[in-house]
Amino acid sequence: MSAAIAPERPHATAEERFEYTLRLADTSLVAGQRLAEWLGHGPALEEDLALGNIALDLIGQARLLLALAGRIEGRGRDEDALAFWRDAGQFRNVSLAEQPNGDFGQTIVRQCLLDAWQLETYASLAGSLEAELADIAKKAVKECRYHWRYSSGWLVRLGDGTEESHRRVGAAVQDLWRFTDELLTPDALDARMTECGIAPPAAAIRERWERRVAGVLAEAKLPQPARSHYPWHGKRGVHTEALGHLLATLQHLPRTYPGVSW
Amino acid sequence: MSAPAAAAAALRERRVWRTLESVPDPEIPVVNVVELGIVRHVRTAGDGRIHVGLTPTYSGCPATEVIEQAVRTALDHAGLDDVALETVLWPAWSSEWLSESGRRKLEAFGVAIEPRAGAAPACPRCASRNVERIGEFGSTPCKAHYRCRTCLEPFDTFKCI
Repeated sequence: MSAAIAPERPHATAEERFEYTLRLADTSLVAGQRLAEWLGHGPALEEDLALGNIALDLIGQARLLLALAGRIEGRGRDEDALAFWRDAGQFRNVSLAEQPNGDFGQTIVRQCLLDAWQLETYASLAGSLEAELADIAKKAVKECRYHWRYSSGWLVRLGDGTEESHRRVGAAVQDLWRFTDELLTPDALDARMTECGIAPPAAAIRERWERRVAGVLAEAKLPQPARSHYPWHGKRGVHTEALGHLLATLQHLPRTYPGVSW
Repeated sequence: MSAPAAAAAALRERRVWRTLESVPDPEIPVVNVVELGIVRHVRTAGDGRIHVGLTPTYSGCPATEVIEQAVRTALDHAGLDDVALETVLWPAWSSEWLSESGRRKLEAFGVAIEPRAGAAPACPRCASRNVERIGEFGSTPCKAHYRCRTCLEPFDTFKCI
């Protein structure tokens, strides 16, 4: 690993790399768990299958990323230990990912904003100096591409649909927009990871995310809200109350029956 | 490695490949794991042990672990119990990795293959190009759902990613 890093680059510590990998892993895990709540409740069989399939991809990405985080940490925690035995304050997902599903339109808006971010982030992470992270990203980006096709397709259909669907997704965009700044504004750890050649430059991700999202909002005939500066800190472990409820479901079984297997 | 040892290793590797060709995909059993394109390598390491590299089709494909177990069982039954299985993520799997015979078997089974991402396939039943996509997601992560407007039959399609 160290041989691949150009001499002028600073080296990230294992702790920094662990924290950064958790941000990506937990965002996929929490978003996947949210989408899985739709199973059996989708508005049509096709949408039920779609949301379940996307959830499966996200949870698969989370498993690869959590396993990597555990190896970086080097304290013997595997993907299950990290997913099931940390409490909300130790989760590092962006706050957008944990927001409740609401109606189908709200889920689509949340997914669309997140897909655009994951797509651009993974596309850039393909060049990361964290070699294993780059490999996971190169696989994940293919999946995120069709997640985005799905969510953006539905956003256009609902935004440019009936008066009722337009009103409802419009309200969801207004409501969820405040969580988008956290995706795009780097904190000290993001900046450090960029400096070390592990994370992509935040400004480039912001520019591509904004272009992508502005394009789909225009096509959906939805107004774009003004830039939000509200500081959410999910990636530092400060979450909205929604995460605790989600984790209660996610972690219930292994915590009630530790070590249980099929 | 000496010449006889290299020859023995090559022979064992061929046996491993043949054994892998007997392992069907658990969800689409008409194709085996080699035809599916998820066996990345079979090679003999410096210690003489054979390493088999498997790659998941999709990050979250639940068949991945079932396939690993099936491969392990088939190798055990063939007496090849000292084989290391390893996961390879890059190059990532795509439908391009399907072999020619895998493609033919899938089509005969009634599963079409997207010519490229999001592009409509021909109906596997009547070969009509007049098809419509019902959903980009199907019964397994690797498939989308289509319907033929000519013969009116719905059909599964292997997605191109």
